[in-house]
Amino acid sequence: MSDHHPTGFTRWLYTTNHKDIGSMYLWFSFVMFLIGGAMAMVIRAELYQPGLQFVEPNFFNQMTTMHGLIMVFGAVMPSMVGLANWLIPMQVGAPDMALPRMNNWSFWILPFAFTLLLSSLFMDGGAPNFGWTFYAPLSTTYGPPSTDFFILGVHMMGISSIMGAINVIVTVFNMRAPGMTLMKMPLFVWTWLITAFLLIMVMPVLAGTVTMMLTDRHFGTAFFDAAGGGDPVMFQHIFWFFGHPEVYIMILPAFGVVSEIIPAFSRKKLFGYSSMVYATASIALLSFIVWAHHMFAVGMPLAGELFFMIATMLIAVPTGVKVFNWVATMWQGSLTFETPMLFSIAFVILFTIGGFSGVMLAMAPVDFQYHDTYFVVAHFHYVLFPGAIFGTTAAVYYWLPKWTGKMYNETSGKIHFWLSMIFVNLTFFPMHFSGLAGMPRRIPDYNMMFADFNMWASIGAFGLGLTQIYFLITLVIAIRSGKKAEDKQWEGATGLEWDALPSPAPYHTFSTPPKVD
Amino acid sequence: MTEPTQNSDNKKLVYRLVGIIGGMFLFAFALVPLYNVFCDITGINGKTRGQALYQDVEIDKKRQVTIEFLTNVNRGMPWDFGSKVKSMVVYPGELNEVRFFAKNRSKNDIVGQTVPSVSPGEAALYLNKTECFCFDQQVLAAGEEVEMPMKFYIDADIPEDVTRLTLSYQLFNVTDSVKTESAATK
Repeated sequence: MSDHHPTGFTRWLYTTNHKDIGSMYLWFSFVMFLIGGAMAMVIRAELYQPGLQFVEPNFFNQMTTMHGLIMVFGAVMPSMVGLANWLIPMQVGAPDMALPRMNNWSFWILPFAFTLLLSSLFMDGGAPNFGWTFYAPLSTTYGPPSTDFFILGVHMMGISSIMGAINVIVTVFNMRAPGMTLMKMPLFVWTWLITAFLLIMVMPVLAGTVTMMLTDRHFGTAFFDAAGGGDPVMFQHIFWFFGHPEVYIMILPAFGVVSEIIPAFSRKKLFGYSSMVYATASIALLSFIVWAHHMFAVGMPLAGELFFMIATMLIAVPTGVKVFNWVATMWQGSLTFETPMLFSIAFVILFTIGGFSGVMLAMAPVDFQYHDTYFVVAHFHYVLFPGAIFGTTAAVYYWLPKWTGKMYNETSGKIHFWLSMIFVNLTFFPMHFSGLAGMPRRIPDYNMMFADFNMWASIGAFGLGLTQIYFLITLVIAIRSGKKAEDKQWEGATGLEWDALPSPAPYHTFSTPPKVD
Repeated sequence: MTEPTQNSDNKKLVYRLVGIIGGMFLFAFALVPLYNVFCDITGINGKTRGQALYQDVEIDKKRQVTIEFLTNVNRGMPWDFGSKVKSMVVYPGELNEVRFFAKNRSKNDIVGQTVPSVSPGEAALYLNKTECFCFDQQVLAAGEEVEMPMKFYIDADIPEDVTRLTLSYQLFNVTDSVKTESAATK
């Protein structure tokens, strides 16, 4: 087949090529990452010292809400879909995703969805200000008029990720090269397959939730309105039935990424491949029966608190299996510490810290103290920033030579890593302390006693933000003028994309399926 | 090549996945009745049941239970609303009456709806109301004042460790939604 290569804007608009679409997803998520990050800077600037300095409380609430929504739905999820698009066809030996036209559509919905969401910032009454969890009645009875744009935006991004998930499942089930059995698939493909199933199970529930909100707001229903016989607590149950699997949707692909990178730089096979697969599947299954641990303080009966507490703690078992497997993979390996490996090791350490604070939060009796404090903020940022985002960053450094045929500057990469490592801890570690001391979330002003912790966190956040600009510069320099990459850039790398394809990977790959032994 | 079978395989799988997605969308709505049925059976949400009958109820004179009454008026509801007594000490099984009052302070006719809730939640199953204003909406003309009786008994099967329970009423203004409903039926 000829290496036909369309050009110009229409190349990107009409493309059905998984590599083009993967790149668009990744760049889109980077733009969203910077926008969501800019909102975080507003939040941290306001919290730099007690008192109200820069923004009105209502605008502060809009910032926390939009920061959460943009980062979850605009940055983390699309970046994972971008990685899936680039890697899954190459890793299973398929010529493209199974449904390329739908792939194009699922990407091009996103810019419209986020234009809708972001446009709400400029509307009368401002953007949504009820937190990314949009609890009723804050979002129904008391939501600003722009809430309807938020609802439509969530519908569109939900459709987009559902279509992305369908594509992954069909590709993995039907497009594998002959000989590529399920248990031979790279772990990144496995974790994404499981993530895709989580997506098709819970994104429709999110769509249902916002639909109920819409009808409550405009069509006289009372799903969440106590006066009409509804129940606001039920909103939380339905939301977290989506919300808890959602947090694994954001982290599982990153598990897959580090499971590829750690063996490559340890020059050993991944320790316990099949236990990794089963552990991932168990985490996914357990995620459906733990949702109410987000609502311990809502007034549940003792039996409910006990059930959700124990089920939640159970998740620490398969997660522990994974962490021990990564450590065991490194054990007695001949390790080298290139940038992707550094990010992966930091992932293991810092994600484990986030996991531990998760176990603390899982304890119902102490959760009454931690609930809605900065301890929760510290916990989920530890699993999301050094978890999902370090994972994606590691993947970008690791596969960049394969995608672009160019190498990044190793020193720049290491500077990016160490600055990120220092600032991420400076930002989020003090939040554990202010949270334990009782500082509430989503409040623009605070007691004097939290001043030092907040100053450190703000300094860390500004540094962390600037470091990501440095990452962008490093990437652009690498893509424009990086050294030529080798076909197998990393000595210990395994998998079809390294062994059977040149760097950069040609526009069309595996038009005839490779042979897998 | 195996293109045609590949395509039909893909189609089959996509239809199945779309089936799951449609099912999960409906499941989100099914959660609403499921939630209510679950709370009704277990009583864990503090929701009281509908109208009960007082027939052949056995009275347990060996112990007493304190029941407290709490009333709250929601934002944007210009009514006074309260109970004549703040608490009562009753025998399980005996039929009691409490009188509540409501007054419309505004210059408009207003429709109110009260929503009851019992704490601790597990006691809700044992609080039976034979007569309650919360079963219906109240329409009060401007300045109108009413007294509303509520009759209840506490089931003698109530667990020994529950010696005190709180029945709270939240009063909502539902004038607007009643208007839209009647407009819709016209």
